[in-house]
Amino acid sequence: MKKSSGISGRLSELKSIQTLQQRRLWINELHPLCKLLVSAAFILITMSYPKYDVAGLIPMAAYLIFAFLIGELSPADGIYRMRLILPLVIFVGVFNPFFDRTPMMRVEAFDLVITGGMISMVTLMIKGIYGVLAAYILIATTSIEDICRGLRMIHVPGIIVTVILLIDRYFIIMGQEAERITNAYFLRAPKQKGIHISAWGTLVGQWLLRSMDRATAVYESMQLRGFKGDFSISSQKFKASDIAYAIIFVSVFFIFRYTNFL
Amino acid sequence: MSRKRRSSVGLQSWITEKNNFRFFIGDPYGSPFFCVCNNPMGGLRRILRLIILLQVMAEMPDNVKRGEKVMHMADALVSPAVAGTMYALSAVAAGVSVKKVREENDTKKIPVMGVMGAFVFATQMLNFTIPGTGSSGHLCGGMMVSALLGPFAGFLTMIGVLLVQCLLFADGGLLALGCNVWNMAFYGCFLGSLVFWKPIMKNGASKVKIIVASVLGCIITLQLGAFSVSLETLLSGVSELPFGVFVATMQPIHLAIGAVEGLITAAVLIFVNEARPELLWGVGTSDKSDGRLSFKATIAVLAIAAVVCGGGISLYASADPDGLEWSMERVAGTAELEADGGAYASAESIQETTSLLPDYAFAGSDSALGTSFSGIVGGLVVVGLTVGGCLLFKFFKKNE
Repeated sequence: MKKSSGISGRLSELKSIQTLQQRRLWINELHPLCKLLVSAAFILITMSYPKYDVAGLIPMAAYLIFAFLIGELSPADGIYRMRLILPLVIFVGVFNPFFDRTPMMRVEAFDLVITGGMISMVTLMIKGIYGVLAAYILIATTSIEDICRGLRMIHVPGIIVTVILLIDRYFIIMGQEAERITNAYFLRAPKQKGIHISAWGTLVGQWLLRSMDRATAVYESMQLRGFKGDFSISSQKFKASDIAYAIIFVSVFFIFRYTNFL
Repeated sequence: MSRKRRSSVGLQSWITEKNNFRFFIGDPYGSPFFCVCNNPMGGLRRILRLIILLQVMAEMPDNVKRGEKVMHMADALVSPAVAGTMYALSAVAAGVSVKKVREENDTKKIPVMGVMGAFVFATQMLNFTIPGTGSSGHLCGGMMVSALLGPFAGFLTMIGVLLVQCLLFADGGLLALGCNVWNMAFYGCFLGSLVFWKPIMKNGASKVKIIVASVLGCIITLQLGAFSVSLETLLSGVSELPFGVFVATMQPIHLAIGAVEGLITAAVLIFVNEARPELLWGVGTSDKSDGRLSFKATIAVLAIAAVVCGGGISLYASADPDGLEWSMERVAGTAELEADGGAYASAESIQETTSLLPDYAFAGSDSALGTSFSGIVGGLVVVGLTVGGCLLFKFFKKNE
């Protein structure tokens, strides 16, 4: 049972995100393309900060704080999402203090020399957190369907958008199937840490064949509903607030980044 | 003098001595034993530092212990310039794939792509135990999808999987998506299927062929992916870690993971081949007029890519010394270490006599042309070795 907790954990995470997406808050109702633009601009500008500029990164948190407050999101949930990419970020950043030993400043009280490596490590961590939180704000307030609508409006090919939509729709079903399969497997094969080599091919292979059959059934039902190779996604009209939101935030990011306003 | 400097700038103590630096990057002549003998306190401190470093390395890659790839790049690891370049490269590959899939005009393929994408996504949550070890592995998504759908549809499916993974589970960043698509989907789908799967399956599939194609495909594509992660991080300038150390850490981890992923993928594909062989892509298709890239064309494209990359990147390398050389220059005043000792001298003489292009340039030449030429020649040598290897493989296969 223990092993299936990973899958059920992911599924419940997904369900909680979907619940967040369906709320009717102001930020959820904004045009998806504007939210996509603001998120992309935020991430792009944050990542363009020089590696020693910790102070410059601090005001950028204003957007995150704003979105977390207005979107009524939990920062803990956002930070929890760091766990998957954290190893590589730590691996890359943790050696900076060892290699970059340029003295940058001296803290007299503790007789401590702050080196360039320490600062660049902190910058990297902050950037990592900002990136994950910005993506969380986007996905917690915008459904994948809305994001796909936005992508379609900027002329991302229909095939890619359709595949993304289908993956999003079928992932929960497949995830539940994965959970059932692992539960059934571990009930029959106790004290196993994972799927044994003797079952690698047959267990997943059978599931794969079932999925292929499912895809055929999906295709047939889509054809019955008039599918011709592309979903017709209705485009949403821009409101004044959508445009204001995008313009204000993008300009604020540029002001933070390129002017010495403080 | 060294002692005086140490007291003035405390934190710079151990890096000021060139031997220390070499010890840090794993040089046998600066081993802890020598350090302790020469300078007991300094040596102990160094050992302590090494223990801390090893501890960090042992604690950190939890994913690795569980047999997962450490390849989903976060936004923080890429600079906007690198991210933009990788987005552009991935977009070109996606554009070609969309065109190819459209040309096939098979509307049935789209739902299959969607469901297969969700399937790959879900199977990556399953743990497969590796006999004899305590760890577990996962399925190789790119190789698996392209063996079933072909490289173009497979690539588009993997783009979908990576985007959904990034958005729903923060596995990879939005800005780094272009890099992730390139590192994981491009190599896995295009190289995996066109260079390994299709040529090996040309005359029909068998158990051994599937194992060879899957394991070889997974190992090589994962190696390339891991190398690209190191390269993209280096070019982004976020890490002070010398490129060599980064690569030396990333490659072996992914070698083991690639082998395991290949075996798991092979097991599943063998089952599919036995139960429903018609589902596998590119098996026994001797029809040359299907408009897909042939093996020779693929090799030619790869050769050109290698030459272009070799030429371009080595120009960059010549303009900007890598982290290791840079630190050395600052510390010791020279980018090359002077070392005495029989073993070092003999190793150096071996290297000098065997290396084609010492220090990546013509001997005695410091020109950009020379460096670039060396990069191109290096690329050609690699391509030549690969082609030679393939021909040898073919030769022995025929004799069988």
